[in-house]
Amino acid sequence: MLPPLCFTADFRVYHMLSSKLKYDLSASTFSPDGRVFQVEYAMKAVENSSTAIGIRCKDGVVFGVEKLVLSKLYEQGSNKRIFNVDRHVGMAVAGLLADARSLSEVAREEASNFRSNYGHNIPLKHLSERVAMYVHAYTLYSAVRPFGCSFILGSYDQDDGPQLYMVDPSGISYGYWGCAIGKAKQAAKTEIEKLQMKDMTCRELVKEVAKIIYIVHDEVKDKAFELELSWVGEVTNGKHELVPKDVREEAEKYAKDSLEEEDDSDEENM
Amino acid sequence: MERHYMDSKIKGVSTGTTILAVTFNGGVIIGSDSRASMGGNYVCSKTINKLIQVHDRIFCCIAGSLADAQAVTKTAKFQISLHSIQMESPPLVKAAASVMKELCYNNKEELQAGFITAGWDKKKGPQVYTVALGGMLLSLPFTIGGSGSTYIYGYTDAKYKPDMSREECLQFATNALALAMGRDNVSGGVAHLVVITEGGVEHVVIPGDKLPKFHDE
Repeated sequence: MLPPLCFTADFRVYHMLSSKLKYDLSASTFSPDGRVFQVEYAMKAVENSSTAIGIRCKDGVVFGVEKLVLSKLYEQGSNKRIFNVDRHVGMAVAGLLADARSLSEVAREEASNFRSNYGHNIPLKHLSERVAMYVHAYTLYSAVRPFGCSFILGSYDQDDGPQLYMVDPSGISYGYWGCAIGKAKQAAKTEIEKLQMKDMTCRELVKEVAKIIYIVHDEVKDKAFELELSWVGEVTNGKHELVPKDVREEAEKYAKDSLEEEDDSDEENM
Repeated sequence: MERHYMDSKIKGVSTGTTILAVTFNGGVIIGSDSRASMGGNYVCSKTINKLIQVHDRIFCCIAGSLADAQAVTKTAKFQISLHSIQMESPPLVKAAASVMKELCYNNKEELQAGFITAGWDKKKGPQVYTVALGGMLLSLPFTIGGSGSTYIYGYTDAKYKPDMSREECLQFATNALALAMGRDNVSGGVAHLVVITEGGVEHVVIPGDKLPKFHDE
């Protein structure tokens, strides 16, 4: 039985037992139990999007994105979800793509201003904190809505080595060895935890990343997808770029073969 | 780099100056004279300090209009300090020099000051940067500046060697300063030297009568 309906003076309708009531209409309001619902709703937007993962290894960082293809009419490679923020920094996103694009511009400006003022590449921790501060600012006012995207930043530098940070809509940034965002993030995290990434090189890791994306992709609900792979590390001399064609093909082949093997072994067990 | 007294009349107190910075094996020595003059005739101060510390291991020496130089270094010191706290690590010498360069370049119409930024950082070790009047930034193994520097280009070009020891470098810098102060009328007083290494910062002050003497003195 549905809980009784209530009508407010301005004709909004809500269920009487809903605890959200008037506390979820703007980011400038706390709920009685101390939550900001708008920020949580923004994180829901991220959870509806397809998965993106980033893993840091011994000598670099690899990104993998499951880019769902909604129509065969789309040009291949359009609506990229991996951005270049600076020569040495890459950004993989999940959530509302338009929000993510605007944030990538913010990140690019931060990195560029830093280089202009201080003469050297921006350290990734600083960049992720600066962009996180920007994202956080949009969680303070009722006049704007929070950004509906999470993103993973990765870089490689001769002195600091590989770095990986993730920023979510609440405006916090976390440093990681491996992280996943999007609808299959739990499944992806489980797979990532199985890896010994600290001992792997980028070349080995690229194949594992492709495999994880293939594993978490839901064949039933989502049909076609494009795998976006990029890396930055010693192998690319510190430059963030999409993985070259031959490495991609090898990685995808490895991923598909591993999946078939698991299917076969499942059948045997039956 | 340094205009003569005609321009200084307009600007007021100027540091007719000799400044230098030299890298050696494990550190950098930055040095200057200590005379501030007005109009090329009057010595405003015999013991001015032209070596400004902008961070724990980074110093700037100033040349040109004293007022402009002090304003720029005060601003730069604040910006570098904030930057260092945000980065949670000591600033790179390159970053400090870039901050000075941005200030000089963006305000080049109003300012008349040049700098030498030198120091030690963990990434690249000892470094010397020169920030010229208009805002040019150049990284060099050693550099000299100020009105007195014109008299010692030959000496420094001939006598500089890369990877000197601390003592050799100290002698080189002292000699260069003494020679410049001996010939330039707007440089003089005492020789201030600062030795910057990973371990710390050491001030050496050599009074005028203790400076090395050359053949005609």
